[in-house]
Amino acid sequence: MIKRTTTGFIAGLFVITLMAIGVMYAVQQQQGRMVMGGPFALEDMNEKPVTQADLLGKPTAIFFGFARCPDTCPTTLLALTTAMRDMGAEADRLNVVFVTVDPSRDTPEMLRAYLSSFDARIRGFTGTDDQVAAMARAYHVAYRRVPLEGGDYTMDHSAAVLLFDRVGHYVDAIPFGEDDVQMRQRLTALVHKGTKQARS
Amino acid sequence: MMPRLQRARRVLALAAPVLIPSLGMAQDIKAGDLVIQQPWARATPGGAQVAGGYLTIINHGTAPDTLTGGSADVAARFELHTMAMKDGMMTMRPSGPLTIPPGGSVTLSPSGTHIMLSDLKHGLKQGDTVAGTLTFAHAGTVPVRFEVEGIGSRGPATAPDRTPAMPGTDTRR
Repeated sequence: MIKRTTTGFIAGLFVITLMAIGVMYAVQQQQGRMVMGGPFALEDMNEKPVTQADLLGKPTAIFFGFARCPDTCPTTLLALTTAMRDMGAEADRLNVVFVTVDPSRDTPEMLRAYLSSFDARIRGFTGTDDQVAAMARAYHVAYRRVPLEGGDYTMDHSAAVLLFDRVGHYVDAIPFGEDDVQMRQRLTALVHKGTKQARS
Repeated sequence: MMPRLQRARRVLALAAPVLIPSLGMAQDIKAGDLVIQQPWARATPGGAQVAGGYLTIINHGTAPDTLTGGSADVAARFELHTMAMKDGMMTMRPSGPLTIPPGGSVTLSPSGTHIMLSDLKHGLKQGDTVAGTLTFAHAGTVPVRFEVEGIGSRGPATAPDRTPAMPGTDTRR
């Protein structure tokens, strides 16, 4: 009798623990989706207003950087460009966006000139300081302005490429330093993930 | 006649990969006890005001020497900068003078310590050569020429581990 009660108690505890883990996992998933990404209001490099609505319907890869960045940004944009060239028309099924964290220097005109060196499908977004700061907060992107000698400054910034599905949910991030082959695999997977979700 | 010609062509074909890149390859630069290898820079995207410069410095001497600065004819400013990942952010800071230990070497490379050329007079195109100088505490001012590689390139085209460009595909001017 005692034995049966103990066994029942342990089994009950086990089931309750599993349920608790399940609920915690679901909440975490939901939170993760709710807090990462979302609406924004910026200006694109053709001087037109742009919001999250312009990106929905296709999966999106977003990279935050600035044009006076000597290494991280050209390296990442080149890896994206090479990956997109190799993907060909498949890359049309994707938004690839460069958002500046240095809007005072990266005007739409500057972004047009800068991005002309990369895949023509990469779109550049800028805006006011407040607009960029609001988007960076929503997308968990850290950046800060660092003064240099002679009145100049540079920007510290998160260097990952953030991936979102076609409904704007965060998928994952490609860390800085992935080569164009890995970049292509991740972008291709994103395109197909979007397709699968749309069908299901 | 024919076999000899074929043989000559074969010898040439074998020799070409060795000969051709050496035409465009910057020679090692000797300055006292220092040897400076393969100065190169990255081509810049449209409108960009900054370019990275990279090279290796070997110190064959018995005393340390220090790279304190330099110049490039296309840039108003020449600085040594270090890239690092900090708090999840990519950071770049002036690194200050760079010491090359005796019997040792220092390589300036993308994503590490590098030369930052800023306030460019014009953009850099792949195949260009940029004239400049390096200033050392002991070896003095040394003229160098940076070969310009592609945007986002990770190394000089003439690095030993890279396949040499074949005649006709060489895009160097």
